[in-house]
Amino acid sequence: MNTQEALYNYCLRLGDNALIHAHRICEWCSNAPFIEEDLALSNIALDLIGSAQCFLKYAAEIDGKGKTEDDLAYRRSERQYFNYLLVEQPNGDFANTMARLLLMSAFDVYLFETLTTSKDEAIAAYAAKTLKEVKYHLAHASDWVIRLGDGTEESKYRMQKAINDLWLFSGELFEMDETDTILINEGIACNLHDIKPKWQNYISSVLEKATLNLPEAIHMVKGGKNGLHTEYLGHILSEMQYLQRAYPEAKW
Amino acid sequence: MAIDTQLDLWEVFIQNKSGNNYIHAGSVHASDKKMALQNARDTYTRRSEGTSIWVVPSKEIVASDPNDEAMFFDPANDKIYRHPTFYVMPEGAKQI
Repeated sequence: MNTQEALYNYCLRLGDNALIHAHRICEWCSNAPFIEEDLALSNIALDLIGSAQCFLKYAAEIDGKGKTEDDLAYRRSERQYFNYLLVEQPNGDFANTMARLLLMSAFDVYLFETLTTSKDEAIAAYAAKTLKEVKYHLAHASDWVIRLGDGTEESKYRMQKAINDLWLFSGELFEMDETDTILINEGIACNLHDIKPKWQNYISSVLEKATLNLPEAIHMVKGGKNGLHTEYLGHILSEMQYLQRAYPEAKW
Repeated sequence: MAIDTQLDLWEVFIQNKSGNNYIHAGSVHASDKKMALQNARDTYTRRSEGTSIWVVPSKEIVASDPNDEAMFFDPANDKIYRHPTFYVMPEGAKQI
């Protein structure tokens, strides 16, 4: 693998995480507990779609085969998607969605903080833009986790269950492979081992404020980063890509 | 009137740029100050309408009584000398 191929993979991963997470959050549209939260979730999803667009567009440029970000979003199959398993997990109840948003946006904050100093100028610029957005996503998710954790018996139970249920997907966030190593050596990518302790500290502090327990160490599942997904991604893609698959080149 | 079950009501004021007045934008539901600010941000400033937000619990707002309307506001109606346009502009003054 050369640097260019690694950079292509890296951008696909960043783009796919944002796109699939956005798609999940979009499913709340018109279904949130109340209208203000409906708007907040839609806002977050739109931020993520913007970020996905940046990174997929850049990936297409690096690839140099005349594709667009839309080709990458709508014409790749499951095995060609490289998002984390965490973001494709179903929304579950509201606590579940907030737990997922907490785990992922805390990761995003430390990731993009590091990437603002990437030697790849495009990545550094997109990271600076994305960082502002994910900080807000993290604040929103943290507040809800604390509010629900330190809330009623029912909300506490659900919030703890949500964290426990998603915990096994959190290990994959810090997995690294050849793509990462090549780009870390070039000063382009983030060393995920460096941000792991920060992420752990942050999550622990939120759970403590929420009077929730940090889940015990368990076996972590992984695979998404290399195209091996849970059953859920196929369903997301079949919905998301339906139009382009049924009517290729359709425009409106 | 139906009972509002969606948390407390807050009034939202937005300043569109530094130095300008805060203008009432509408209201949001929220359980605390922080949530009120976030909901106000998400509801009223999605299309770069503002740079600063005030939120105020609606129940803390003291409003004039519609029954006092005559006493409060009518006296202003017939005093044209209260308006600057009543006065003749001195010759040579460009602005007043």
